[in-house]
Amino acid sequence: MLILMVLLALAALSAGAYAMGRRKARQATAGAAGRPHSLPGYHGAYVALWTGLPAAILLFAFVAFGGRIEYALISADPPPASAGITAERMATYYGDVQSVANGQSTSAVVYEGAAKTAFDAAVAHARSTDTLARLLAAAAALVLAIGGFLLAFPKLSKDFRARNRVEGLTSAVLIVCSVVAVMTTLGIVMSLLYESLRFFQAVSPLSFLFGTDWDPQIAMRTDQVMTHGAFGAIPLFAGTFLIMIIAMAVAAPVGLYSAIYLAEYAGRTTRAVVKPALEILAGVPTVVYGFFAALTVGPLFRSGFNALGAQLVGGPLNDLGLYLGQVQNQMALVAGAVMGIMLIPFVSSLSDDIINAVPQALRDGSYAMGATKSETIKRVILPAALPGVVAALLLAMSRAIGETMIVTLAAGLQAKLTANPLDTVTTVTVQIVTLLTGDTEFDNPKTLAAFGLGLTLFAITLVLNIIALRIVQKYREQYD
Amino acid sequence: MSYISKDPSNPSGSPMTTPERHQGDHADGVPEIRLRTAAIGAHADAPTGTLKVQAKKINVFYGAKQALFDVDVDIPGKAVTAFIGPSGCGKSTFLRCINRMNDTIPGAKVTGEVLLDGEDVNDRQIDPVTLRARVGMVFQKPNPFPKSIFENVAYGPRIHGLAAGKADLEEIVEASLKRASLWEEVKDRLNQPGTGLSGGQQQRLVIARAIAVAPEVILMDEPCSALDPIATARIEELIDELRQQFCIVIVTHSMAQAARVSQRTSFFHLGKLVESGSTEEMFTNPKDSRTQDYITGRFG
Repeated sequence: MLILMVLLALAALSAGAYAMGRRKARQATAGAAGRPHSLPGYHGAYVALWTGLPAAILLFAFVAFGGRIEYALISADPPPASAGITAERMATYYGDVQSVANGQSTSAVVYEGAAKTAFDAAVAHARSTDTLARLLAAAAALVLAIGGFLLAFPKLSKDFRARNRVEGLTSAVLIVCSVVAVMTTLGIVMSLLYESLRFFQAVSPLSFLFGTDWDPQIAMRTDQVMTHGAFGAIPLFAGTFLIMIIAMAVAAPVGLYSAIYLAEYAGRTTRAVVKPALEILAGVPTVVYGFFAALTVGPLFRSGFNALGAQLVGGPLNDLGLYLGQVQNQMALVAGAVMGIMLIPFVSSLSDDIINAVPQALRDGSYAMGATKSETIKRVILPAALPGVVAALLLAMSRAIGETMIVTLAAGLQAKLTANPLDTVTTVTVQIVTLLTGDTEFDNPKTLAAFGLGLTLFAITLVLNIIALRIVQKYREQYD
Repeated sequence: MSYISKDPSNPSGSPMTTPERHQGDHADGVPEIRLRTAAIGAHADAPTGTLKVQAKKINVFYGAKQALFDVDVDIPGKAVTAFIGPSGCGKSTFLRCINRMNDTIPGAKVTGEVLLDGEDVNDRQIDPVTLRARVGMVFQKPNPFPKSIFENVAYGPRIHGLAAGKADLEEIVEASLKRASLWEEVKDRLNQPGTGLSGGQQQRLVIARAIAVAPEVILMDEPCSALDPIATARIEELIDELRQQFCIVIVTHSMAQAARVSQRTSFFHLGKLVESGSTEEMFTNPKDSRTQDYITGRFG
């Protein structure tokens, strides 16, 4: 509450500083000959930024890191031995103290007797520390604000280059924002790499990348002989690619054809309806596709194949009939088909943009040669748009490989090395989910395998995306 | 940029135009016009006897906006007819009526008759596909397809099934490129993309593409407006050669160009046809004061 009020006060101070800076700049230039270097608004903004920004940064730093400092302060003061808090319980104990002091929760553990006295004392201590820290932070912020103002305001004069300073600061803010994004990506990659390295110390990369047996459960019991050899990722990648191929078999033709229809055949009114409808399809959460696959499409396919199998049993295709009679809900075909439907708007929207980017002059040229619409599309527009369409398909592929929810719900968990779309397969993403859900400890190959898988997956999609972007770039050069 | 240096150094292209011809390009148009029209005076009236295209009461609407008002034009065969007029006067719109390219614009409506050899091109019996095989078109900006030079020229013969076999097709491509005076420049790189040629070469490639299907009429919509003077001169020379065999209709902003390449000229203004006549007459003795004002540069 106090922090919020200080923030409001800072805003008011900055506004005041802006007005004062502007007025001073106006007064300075009013009598003088020649034009001032910067507009009065820039002078105002310069003072306002010096007033508000350092103080605001301090406050945000306090909100972000203040809790840790307070924790260090209160835990510097250990509870009396009579409270009976063991060394292992200490972290939990102080965590409890801090959350009770902040009013976030009442203690999950009931402390009694001497422990309760110590606990209450610690809570009171934490409260007073917290109040003091907040007051200090607020005071420091106000001092910074006034100091900034006093530092900046006297600098204003007719020739002061306020615009350059303000613009420099603005570009600094922009740089910081982009650095945040880049650093986050870098951090993710580093943590993936680091944890993967730990995994590859336990399991050799060769047996991971080329092993055909995936059974991470065995490694849980370290006393067993078979602790390695069970991390062969080939079946997972095979399952991933099988589902991806099925998905692309659905999404590529349907998406491409709908893009051709939208770009070349559809009238303006049809386009106005169909395009937003496709975009709605693109906005459906993947988990919805997931239960659509698991609860609707899966049973539908199964009963269809079972019925077909029943027809074939006893005939010349008896064995096939028997097989079809016992297929399960969870098959690669279901996950792949639903994923394909999910990718249709993605492929069609990208391809539509690409086809529309083909210059009208080429269409005119072809029509003027007496080509029909379909000849123009087949012989001129699609060849011209091909690189972009290929790039769109590659991007769709990398989405299919990284897709998680649909396969988690519809594909299955059994790691099988098979090319049979009616069989149940598992994918890399599904395995990552199963490896990391529930209580996990990051000290055994079972959980670390998730990072190995994640890194490999990341590498594959990265390569696909780079290829796609390169193709798109090449394509752009052609027409710009 | 590159073609400025390439074209003049071209050793085997058709002979370059004489210097006198260039001088009149921008500076003093009138003496130049006299020179050219005097030279072609014999042609000027002769072809009017055989009318290739006759337009009667053409009105064109783009949505609610009317672009052409009751235009009547007669276009002779085996000659060059130029359409001149200020921007937005409807000359390109009229050109697009002749091969029904207005069909491809949503909301465009054409009324009236365009007779090609006495047949109305807007008749329901006429297929725009076969019509456009008879009436070729060259656009303002060179628009080669993103294919090889060979495939660009082979495009029309392929879609209209004009070649009996590979050898036949190669013959058509070679003949068309030669007619467009591009063969010598590209004969060693027929498999390279057509988009890699210079602007002037691209425009000649597009002309070769148009004549590969042996059309009767070639429409040219400001074919030189994206080209430099040297490339323009080559195209104009080419037009002059092609008129021996084709009926050519050219839309141009350059009155000097109209005077140089055409035998007949029509002047459009604000969607109406103001005046038509032999080029010589139009430029020396226009009947309408608006034509007079336009060709002397008082507006437009």
